Amino acid sequence: MTRALLEGSEAIARAALAAGCRFFAGYPMTPFTELLEHFAELLPERGGVCINAESELEAIGMAWGALATGARAATGSTGQGIALMQESLSEITRAELPLVLFHMARGQYDYTQATRGGGHGDYRHVVLAPVDLREAVALTQLAFHLADRWRNPVQLYGDFLLAHTFESVAVEPLEFGALPEKDWAVDGSLGGSGHSRNVNPIGMRKGVKGIEPEAFWKRLAAKHEAIAAAEARWEAHRCDDADLVVVAFGSLARFARHAVEALRVGGARVGLFRPVTLWPFPAQALARAATGARRIAVLEQNAGQMIDDVRLALLGAVPVEAIGGISSDEAGFGVGDLYAPDEVRRRVEGALPAPGGAR
Amino acid sequence: MSDRSPTVPIDRPPSEPARRLGHFKPRLLLDTDHDLCPGCGEPVAIRLLLDVIEELGCAERAIGVVGIGCYTAFTSAMDVDLVQALHGRAPSVATGAKRMRPDALIFTLQGDGDMVNEGLQEVVHTAARGEVVTCVLLNNGVFGETGGHMTATTALGQRTKNTLEGRDAAYHGHPIRIADLLAPLGGSAYVARGSVHDATSVVKTKAMLRRAFEAQLEGRGFSFVEILTMCPTGWFVPTAEGPGYLDRVLRPVHATGELKNGERCVTTAALLAENAAAQAAARPPRD
Repeated sequence: MTRALLEGSEAIARAALAAGCRFFAGYPMTPFTELLEHFAELLPERGGVCINAESELEAIGMAWGALATGARAATGSTGQGIALMQESLSEITRAELPLVLFHMARGQYDYTQATRGGGHGDYRHVVLAPVDLREAVALTQLAFHLADRWRNPVQLYGDFLLAHTFESVAVEPLEFGALPEKDWAVDGSLGGSGHSRNVNPIGMRKGVKGIEPEAFWKRLAAKHEAIAAAEARWEAHRCDDADLVVVAFGSLARFARHAVEALRVGGARVGLFRPVTLWPFPAQALARAATGARRIAVLEQNAGQMIDDVRLALLGAVPVEAIGGISSDEAGFGVGDLYAPDEVRRRVEGALPAPGGAR
Repeated sequence: MSDRSPTVPIDRPPSEPARRLGHFKPRLLLDTDHDLCPGCGEPVAIRLLLDVIEELGCAERAIGVVGIGCYTAFTSAMDVDLVQALHGRAPSVATGAKRMRPDALIFTLQGDGDMVNEGLQEVVHTAARGEVVTCVLLNNGVFGETGGHMTATTALGQRTKNTLEGRDAAYHGHPIRIADLLAPLGGSAYVARGSVHDATSVVKTKAMLRRAFEAQLEGRGFSFVEILTMCPTGWFVPTAEGPGYLDRVLRPVHATGELKNGERCVTTAALLAENAAAQAAARPPRD
């Protein structure tokens, strides 16, 4: 394992290349911009292509075309740019194309966008939220694998800290097992055979008039149920005897873990539950982790988005309170005063139930 | 003298067997049922497209990227590899496909609502980038699929379902001649506008498609063929009047001919003048 001190964006781009990504298109936007820069530098020298798209709509369109030919391809942006991509995100899900979307978010304001989206119809995509760069390198490669395995978009939800912080990491190719043949991709070779293909989001078939939307949508919905059942990932840290379970994801969970460790030294029975997949949300695992807890504290950097999923997971079994909130730097790029170990510790400590109560 | 009608003399058996309709079908066209209206120009244009792909020997290396319009439903009958794009987004999808498959013949198939309304910037940027793909526009001057509404190419004075008194420049704005936007760009190699309203135009349009694809196969840059197509349903005219309406209403705005080919680069206004001069020259001199 060769470790190197890499900027988060570069490590993620290198991880994508290790996973076989051959195409990237993007439009600059903070804090995603550096990821585009690194793909622009790294892809061409390895026989790939990176296009500076004229808009986010075109960026995802270009990735769509590359994916349709069977290549591993990706795009990305931040919340505002991904807002522009929503029509394509919903439709590319129905076209069953294995897009990887790098979301270098401005903080955690876009949890709802990432997990629900603003596109049309029934669609879902896996959202992976790494806690640090080491995990981001692994999850980036997993994203390409899961996208191919399920023929479904996968989003990697990072943020300003992940994209811009230098950490010592090793980027090594990871193996995740065999994948099905891409027997749906087009290379142009099937014209005139009677078996030419149509990579399309509406269930059209060659030689058949019209479409059958209901059957098509039901099949996709069943697939999304299967993904939900199979792909939930999480970390439950010191939850077994915890009176208080903090729920946090991404960079902020790193601060929360630090607070949990510090408070444990003082004897507080506190744990951290960290969703690694925001969708599918690890609801059953959270319910198990919270079994003995007297209180759940949701630490997120927004007015309250993930807390909806936490409440749905627990269905009132344990009191749930918000200890995060809106917090921003002056530019709105997502690193506010909340991102401070002492501040997070103070908030977690403040949520501890009074000692002596029944567990 | 009998009043029997004359009989065609038969002195030898026919040299070729009788041919049924299916024998005239391009190999790349499946005989799938479709819902396009009688008098629609789009199947004629698509047939030309498929014929040219076949004639260039590109049947096994062609990928079409299809927009959203009436023609979308017809693509189930096109026996070439396809990617269905969103409304207006075919040029960026074609870009990604071409970059990953440089040896494939990549074309888009879009209507005027798709390309000129919804996705105008896509085709302009793709041309400017010199992307080695061919964009094909089926331009009938209306949203046919929604039932005849104004698009960006609708002629001034043209009646549509949302310009009931005719398109008024002061209220609805002016039509866009998309080929004029694409021809001057450094990345475009071939830009032409054809039509399928009569046999001569059909033949000329087929030649344009061939030249556009040749420009792509030779790697010369972006190529573009606009094809004016009949939409009697969306124009609210009887089926048989479709070709005449196209000639009378659309062609004076979107003149047919080559705008860019090699050193040649002209505007639609210049084409209108060229066409008028050619017509005058073809008229028999008066005594």
